[in-house]
Amino acid sequence: MNAPAPAASPADIAVAFTQVLRGIGLSVPTSCTHTFAAALCETGLTDRTTTYWVGRSTLVRRMEDIALYDRAFAVFFEGRRSDVDEEPVEELTISIAVDTDDDSADGNDDAADGIDDEVIELRFSATETLRHKDFADYSPDELAHAHELMTHLRLVGAPRASLRQGPTSRRTSMPDIRRTVRSAIRAGGEPIERHHLAPTPRLRRLVLLLDVSGSMEPYARGLLRFVHAAVAGRQKVEAFALGTRLTRITRELTSRDPDIALRAAGERVTDWSGGTRLGSGLRQFNDEWGVRGLARNSIVVILSDGWDRGEPEQLGAEMERLQRVTHRLIWVNPLKVTPGYAPLARGMAAALPYVDRFVEGHSVAAMEELTRVIADG
Amino acid sequence: MTPDTVAGALSRHGYLPDEGISTAVFLAMTLQRPLLLEGEAGVGKTELAKTLATATGGQLIRLQCYEGIDVSQAVYDWDYARQLLHLRATEATGESTRRTADELENELYGERFLIKRALLRSIEPVEGPPPVLLIDEIDRADDEFEAYLLEVLSDFQITIPEVGVFSAEQPPLVILTSNRTRDVHDALKRRCLYHWVEHPDFDREVAIVKLRVPGIEAELARQVAGAVETLRGLSLYKPPGVAETIDWATALGRLGATELTEQVVANTLGTVVKYREDNQRVEQHGVADLVEQAIATGRAHRDAPEQLTIADT
Repeated sequence: MNAPAPAASPADIAVAFTQVLRGIGLSVPTSCTHTFAAALCETGLTDRTTTYWVGRSTLVRRMEDIALYDRAFAVFFEGRRSDVDEEPVEELTISIAVDTDDDSADGNDDAADGIDDEVIELRFSATETLRHKDFADYSPDELAHAHELMTHLRLVGAPRASLRQGPTSRRTSMPDIRRTVRSAIRAGGEPIERHHLAPTPRLRRLVLLLDVSGSMEPYARGLLRFVHAAVAGRQKVEAFALGTRLTRITRELTSRDPDIALRAAGERVTDWSGGTRLGSGLRQFNDEWGVRGLARNSIVVILSDGWDRGEPEQLGAEMERLQRVTHRLIWVNPLKVTPGYAPLARGMAAALPYVDRFVEGHSVAAMEELTRVIADG
Repeated sequence: MTPDTVAGALSRHGYLPDEGISTAVFLAMTLQRPLLLEGEAGVGKTELAKTLATATGGQLIRLQCYEGIDVSQAVYDWDYARQLLHLRATEATGESTRRTADELENELYGERFLIKRALLRSIEPVEGPPPVLLIDEIDRADDEFEAYLLEVLSDFQITIPEVGVFSAEQPPLVILTSNRTRDVHDALKRRCLYHWVEHPDFDREVAIVKLRVPGIEAELARQVAGAVETLRGLSLYKPPGVAETIDWATALGRLGATELTEQVVANTLGTVVKYREDNQRVEQHGVADLVEQAIATGRAHRDAPEQLTIADT
């Protein structure tokens, strides 16, 4: 991170600064570096503000990256560390229990043969028991196997009619003029053959909100695998982690390799097993994503035990707001199966009136049931 | 051209850009790249494109995106009714007997029967300055359309199988807007310059109100901007944007108000606050307090020399 020498050309500066940005985790494609360099040639490097905005409009492509850019800009062009007290960016050491367990269980290539045998045995004999076993009681090996079971879950989701029209063989009320005229021309202008249009079916978007707070700890690792299976196995799925703050983990989970995906998600979410602020987390979700459009007409699934340290009124209000825009609002509670369970957690009680379906979420079998609920639409 | 001249031109036509916007627009024009604007609803994304068109003298071509938008609505379509009529006419006059089927078909799928939609119109050769193409709310369109757009925006070229290739002599100035209801695809973003549009700061907002609501008292403009600033700090579901500020100021002007009072604010709050929950939040905060703060802010800025004047008007 050397400050540029005075004689450096715009291209050199562009490349060097891009490297700094990449170094702190911004993804900057080479084409953007080119654009940045070209832009610097137009504006010159004399004015700090102009250079700042030139860089920001060419190198940043997401609102979330602006803060990172600002920091890098201050360091690179002004040679100072930003003096604002930032939230301590935790070193990327946080990994959920599941990741490390996973390494030993799934690392077949370098693991001893003995471990391999164990896994295979489990596959043949224990699948049925495993399907009904509570996530909280899983051993690491079982968890890995359960994950495999969950990858087979087919999350279909009820299709909805989209506004996009496509050809159909049925006689609908929408004529396909384009095709009708086409064949009419062939028939000398006589529209003998008539073609029709019908709305093409589209998958409804599925939004998964996973509670990663302390009280959910025994379940979060199992459920995260479910979320991963959903994101990697189907189109139009969005995933968020709800803890003390809201983290979008869709991108992290798109990798088909569960190890990579879960590790990436684990690194992204910095508040594993912290407190829960369901209400303010949902508020953030509603403001920044949900009510804006992501949750509109979608199936939203909240995976949480409903323990909330915030105000239950806020949770209730946000649930109401969310429910107004969603197609279905499903709450998955791993504790629901507990004998004598009543939704006594204050958060759960506040949220329940706005939930369309309230289902269990403690085992693979329960998750299978959930996929059925989702498919029902 | 510099970012400053861009700012000057825009403000002469009623849009007061901050430095970020004017730099982004300047770059979009000099590098001939599409500009993707994101930001809260009502911060003036669409307005920027409209003003750009008036400022450059280019035609404004607007494409409002929606789910299911496809090529026949965004690029071109054939005039089927006229095609059929033409076919019948050639038959009635006996002209069709002198031609082969191929000839006739070629004629029917010629430019004469082509209906040009927004994207195609934007790359047509024009006299004078290139048009401004506004692709509004791209996040509402679906992935298929986005992929098509990618092709058009990378080389400003459109192929119509029956006619041929259309390509722009002068690429249009392209502004895309998104409300972030979903992520626009990375590949599309990569081709664009990006700007996140913020709410304007206090002085700029006052200047915008004065510009957009002619005849408003300077004191009232400051009070309105002050009240809006307070409202934005109340963590409302929908914090008011500049569009709402202008609406509010206009409404107050129509009512003949010269300063904010509790009564007049209560009567006109519907122009800025549009959720029942937000209304309750404002009531909780207290309309009287809101007015008091607004008046104080207005007074505090009265003596401060105004930073923003529109010198060139």
